[in-house]
Amino acid sequence: MTRLAAHGHHPVRFHLNGKPVEAEAEPRMLLSDFLRHRIGATGTHVGCEHGVCGACTVIVDGMLTRSCLTLAAQVDGCEVQTVEGLAPSADRLGILQQAFRRNHALQCGFCTAGILMSLDHYLRRNPSPREADIRDLLSGHLCRCTGYTPIIKAALEAAADFASTTEEKSDA
Amino acid sequence: MAQVAARPASSVDMEGRPWVGRSIERVEDAALLTGRGRFIDDIGTPPGTLHAAILRSPHAHADIISIDAEAARRAPGVAAVLTGKQIEALTSSLVVGVKAPVECWPIATKRVRYVGEPVAVVVASDRARAEDAVELIDVEYRPCMAVVDPLAALAADAPVLHDGFPSNLASDRSFSYGDPDQAFAQAPHRFSIDIRYPRNSCTPIETYGVIATHDAAEDAFDILANFQGPFSIHTVISRALKVPGNRLRLRTPPDSGGSFGVKQGVFPYIVLIGAASRAVGRPVKWIEDRLEHLTASVSATNRATTLSAAVAADGRILALDWDQVEDCGAHLRAPEPATLYRMHGNLTGAYDIRHVKVRNRVVVTNKTPTGLNRGFGGPQVYFALERLVQRIAIGLRLDPLDVIKRNLVPANAFPYRTATGALLDSGNYQEAVARAVEQGRLAELMARRDEARAQGRLYGIGFTAVVEPSVSNMGYITTVLTAAERRKAGPKNGAQATATIALDPLGSVTVHVASVPQGQGHRTVLSQVVADVFGLKPQDIRVNTEIDTAKDAWSIASGNYASRFAAAVAGTAKLAAERIAARLARVAASQLNVEPADIVFAAGFVGSKHNPENRLAFSRVAALSHWSPGSLRDDADQTIRETVFWSPPELTAPDDDDRMNSSLCHGFIFDFCGVEIDRTTFETRIDRYVTMHDCGTILHPAMVNGQIRGGFAQALGAALYEEYAYAADGSFLTGTFADYLLPTTTEVPDPQIIHMETPSPLTPLGAKGVGEGNCMSTPVCIANAVADALRLADVTLPLVPAKLADLARGPEPLPAAGQTRAAAAREADRRLRGEGSAAVKAAPEQVWTMLLDARTLQAVIPGCQRIEKVSDTHFRADVTLGIGPVTGRYRADVELFDLDPPNAVRLRGKAEGALGFGDAEGRITLEPDGKGGTRLRYSYDASIGGKVASIGGRLLDGATRVIIGQFFAALARKAGGGASASGFSLVALLGRLASLFGGRR
Amino acid sequence: MKPAAFDYVRAESLDEVLEGLSNEGGNARVLAGGQSLMAMLNMRLARPKVLIDIMRLKELNRVEERAGVVTIGAGVRQATLLAWPELTRTLPLLALALPWIGHVQTRSRGTICGSLAHADPSAEMPLALIALGGEVHLRSKRQRRRVPARDFFVGMMATDRAEDELIEAVSFPGHRGGGCAFREVARRHGDFAIVACAAVATPNGVRFAVGGVADVPMARDWPCLDGTALDDALNGFAYELDARDDVHATARYRRDLVRIIGRDLIGEVLQ
Repeated sequence: MTRLAAHGHHPVRFHLNGKPVEAEAEPRMLLSDFLRHRIGATGTHVGCEHGVCGACTVIVDGMLTRSCLTLAAQVDGCEVQTVEGLAPSADRLGILQQAFRRNHALQCGFCTAGILMSLDHYLRRNPSPREADIRDLLSGHLCRCTGYTPIIKAALEAAADFASTTEEKSDA
Repeated sequence: MAQVAARPASSVDMEGRPWVGRSIERVEDAALLTGRGRFIDDIGTPPGTLHAAILRSPHAHADIISIDAEAARRAPGVAAVLTGKQIEALTSSLVVGVKAPVECWPIATKRVRYVGEPVAVVVASDRARAEDAVELIDVEYRPCMAVVDPLAALAADAPVLHDGFPSNLASDRSFSYGDPDQAFAQAPHRFSIDIRYPRNSCTPIETYGVIATHDAAEDAFDILANFQGPFSIHTVISRALKVPGNRLRLRTPPDSGGSFGVKQGVFPYIVLIGAASRAVGRPVKWIEDRLEHLTASVSATNRATTLSAAVAADGRILALDWDQVEDCGAHLRAPEPATLYRMHGNLTGAYDIRHVKVRNRVVVTNKTPTGLNRGFGGPQVYFALERLVQRIAIGLRLDPLDVIKRNLVPANAFPYRTATGALLDSGNYQEAVARAVEQGRLAELMARRDEARAQGRLYGIGFTAVVEPSVSNMGYITTVLTAAERRKAGPKNGAQATATIALDPLGSVTVHVASVPQGQGHRTVLSQVVADVFGLKPQDIRVNTEIDTAKDAWSIASGNYASRFAAAVAGTAKLAAERIAARLARVAASQLNVEPADIVFAAGFVGSKHNPENRLAFSRVAALSHWSPGSLRDDADQTIRETVFWSPPELTAPDDDDRMNSSLCHGFIFDFCGVEIDRTTFETRIDRYVTMHDCGTILHPAMVNGQIRGGFAQALGAALYEEYAYAADGSFLTGTFADYLLPTTTEVPDPQIIHMETPSPLTPLGAKGVGEGNCMSTPVCIANAVADALRLADVTLPLVPAKLADLARGPEPLPAAGQTRAAAAREADRRLRGEGSAAVKAAPEQVWTMLLDARTLQAVIPGCQRIEKVSDTHFRADVTLGIGPVTGRYRADVELFDLDPPNAVRLRGKAEGALGFGDAEGRITLEPDGKGGTRLRYSYDASIGGKVASIGGRLLDGATRVIIGQFFAALARKAGGGASASGFSLVALLGRLASLFGGRR
Repeated sequence: MKPAAFDYVRAESLDEVLEGLSNEGGNARVLAGGQSLMAMLNMRLARPKVLIDIMRLKELNRVEERAGVVTIGAGVRQATLLAWPELTRTLPLLALALPWIGHVQTRSRGTICGSLAHADPSAEMPLALIALGGEVHLRSKRQRRRVPARDFFVGMMATDRAEDELIEAVSFPGHRGGGCAFREVARRHGDFAIVACAAVATPNGVRFAVGGVADVPMARDWPCLDGTALDDALNGFAYELDARDDVHATARYRRDLVRIIGRDLIGEVLQ
């Protein structure tokens, strides 16, 4: 049994986008705050802190996860993926990211990281989604700028691109 | 150097088409898609930065009796606790937009006037500790009656919010244009409509943020905030912080997570956090959380409108009579009452109506203060006007589209001066309608309606025609003053846009504007505009849109509002680039031995039109000012940096007859839609939505469509889902995203967008604003369609299925004989009432004794830490109570009266804790059950407010029943060997009311 | 909007969980998927002194079908059950109802038993438990017991669980043939139900259950009714639920939905 005292600062270690990270956190620190303010991975955004807006969505051990509804301490030892891990290299965009740019599927970009994580997770498992599937998936995200249509279009285009370039799947 | 900067000709656009008008990929996107955006909370803070949390009022209206912050000040990590008293000492009152002796502070001073109003600011080492300390602050309130309805606020006996206003009326102005009285007297028909436009907000996904540093050495502030302008507010902030404007350095971060007007409302917090920084001598950061944002950031105004029209037999509208009562919430914060006057020039919409009468009243109520919000006054005006047009058509048995067409401003009338003063710059509304009807396949939609109706389905079609104003006249708000008051106050008009072009020593081009984008892609469009002037590619142009008021060119009109970017800012950038280009042409002409008129900028070169071989690389010409100013021609001037300010001359001050050209440009929108209402759920499904826009010249088609789709989705939210709802007592009811409902992918359809381009003759690029139009047109278009489907004369927003069902369904089946039916609750009556009974084994006399015994009560009430007996019939208690995981600490005060031992007693009490407050009255009766025991009956009537009402209203009733039921069950158990009962049910009730929470699962 | 401070316990065995609950009682909360609890912590509506994280316990992460009964452990996430290949065959009602719980992004973390523990009157899992007549398996250092669905929910967010008890699992009687149907009305896709209804064929007729209206999900068993008999039964039930108004719906609207949807679902099941 591990018991972390309320006001202590305890080490939390996990793999972030494949690389080990470590920092200290109080038990009450949310994963979203830990990623942003302890690790400096500010690409994951915080929009509501009650699990509705979806901006903070990341992937923990292969599960889509609202990082605002998760404690940093809970992911100790886990594999965490965030938007910072999506591009194949610093100067290139992945297929999904390219589709977003091409379709103007973002405006302010604040909600985008969470949406990308949901789509990346989903498209890897569901290579030929229908529009209704994408709409159902993304109903767990709020976007105030785009009216959603370009996002849906980008997702479907990305799925098609994935299918035609399966060898590049790691670029998602 | 020339070699360094020259680019191979093969990389330029060989087609020679202008970049403007193309949907190029955005320069903003690569960073945003890879997690490298720089929003305010992504940017580091100076070492030693402290974090603020805010204690907010649970009451809609109450006097502050006392604030005890000692425990909070002693809490770990706390640097300071600031209350209204300290803020009053550190700042001055915010300027109020009307002439009245009224103060407006960013924090409550002696009285709270809305739920969520700041009461204290805690500054601590981190946000969690600051929130810990907030909970330790003890505030004693004396609640006052609250008023939330704008018309009720005008009643003679209404509670008065501010002593400085006569009653709650902050402004009352009447206007008359043409001869409306005669027009009404002579018209064959008169139609009227009463409208209540609800409160809503465009709620950006990023909340407010402020990082403030006070430099005591120079008494100056450096404040970073995701403020969006207008920078007229800079003057309000610097006055409030008691420094001259040059000691308030206001900066914005590179990225902002949406605003839609809403982030104008961060400015009171800039003052508050600035003052906190001054108080603690350290930088202070505050990031608003979502609960704070929904409860207390800012809202669009709600409005009560009565609109009447004098109408000819053919449907022509001869005159309008507007009576608008604008509800600005608890404080008239700058720039209010601008929402009311923004549309003043456009009160006749897209129609040619020459006689208009207006009465505009502005009231204050116990709700969150209002401010900028996409559409800004448009939704309120067009909901009334376009609902009335549908009514006229129905009343005269005409086709609603015919009534619209009959009244449109004639195509040959532009520029057209409206009765109230707006100059409609350009357009051809008839043509736009005709194209929309054709391309949008209206005939097919009508056939669908016929078919659906023939099958017994509920299907309707709605229409709207709207003029979308853009680029506000900074003087329009002075229409709230009389002509004499305006003369006294000095002239206010125009709207300065600014752009700076700089060429560096390698000849690369940088553009800076004070447009403060919040996601619209300004950097991309400016790169297109400037690239076209210089014959470069957009990627050659670097655009900076951050603002720093200490270093950048700006003016009061700077910022991101009133759809001014494309029309004003982008145009000004073009003017600045052209000014530099003219000088570069002279420089190049001298170098190439040609006349300046022969110079052309293309494909990265500056060369001769007649001899394309005779050319120089752009970068070489551009750099000359740096490296060799002596070789410039005498008349060339430097080409290093040029700042242009542009204010269109058409934006004049209101004239002595109150005619006001409130905006520079006027786009046109014509929408229609088909909707179907589900017969079971009464949910509205948009079958098809067609929106025709004429926004002048289109600079970037994909971004224009992005603005239209985004505005449409927000407007769909306003039409169907979103409302900042308040109870009659001022409790706020929609404090989470589980109650304030934004539409998602499963609710928003894709509208069919149709364009027509009638350039504005008044803007450098011919462009007009486009971002706000659907927020004006779509809510009423959908409402008209729903009214058509259900044949309803009155519909209110949002079109909640339950409301529609209750209007449209016939009488409800009655309960079976003997079955009780809950009394129908009044609208907005949130009092919780209930009754119950329990069997107790002890005799009434014993129960009675226990009821008045503090020790027994302490034992029976779960979570009761302490009971203090003030008198035989008056108790105070500290309790911790909860339902499920939800717990809260409460301080309760209960009095028993009307004692009738051992038969009956009444009790009255109140409780207050971090999660909320409550007051209740109850009655307990004890009757012998004939077997030596007691039949205990109770009834209660309670009201609950504060955080729990805001975030858990859905569960309040049930939670209350659980608490009371549990209490009496425990009592009955205890009384197996002697029980107690008491009015402390209300303690429990108030405690556990807690059980509310928001959040989807 | 940060939680109040608490100790965090990462339990590595069931004994540790039960020991912790026994020692801490009402000061402890079990953290499973966290999709309801964490929001309440962030809002400081809940302020436990200790959180006991049970999600590292492999023994709780099981779905078992034995003797016609499906038992779902406390660590089983909603998405996991939804992806269980036997779900449609064994628990067709859950196959219908699970997709209505929140969103993909919350079902991936949220657990079946956590939803029952939370006992939100609008939630799908409590409704399904009532409709199918399942049992909640409670365990403490003192005892193990099973509580039938109808006794488990005692009020709004209130259950029969004692403070030292863990919901170790929930079991459902497996499908024995006959139809079932589910329908939910919410303001938006994924929102809390305004009304959620389930109908399940029984040997003698039908069981009809309603969530989102009363403080707890409620069920009625009826013989094969139709016509006015069914209308009367539904009307009586609709009134018994004692619906209330809130910002999203009126009491009358809820009663109407119970009557209309009830008729549809029962017709569907009895066909």
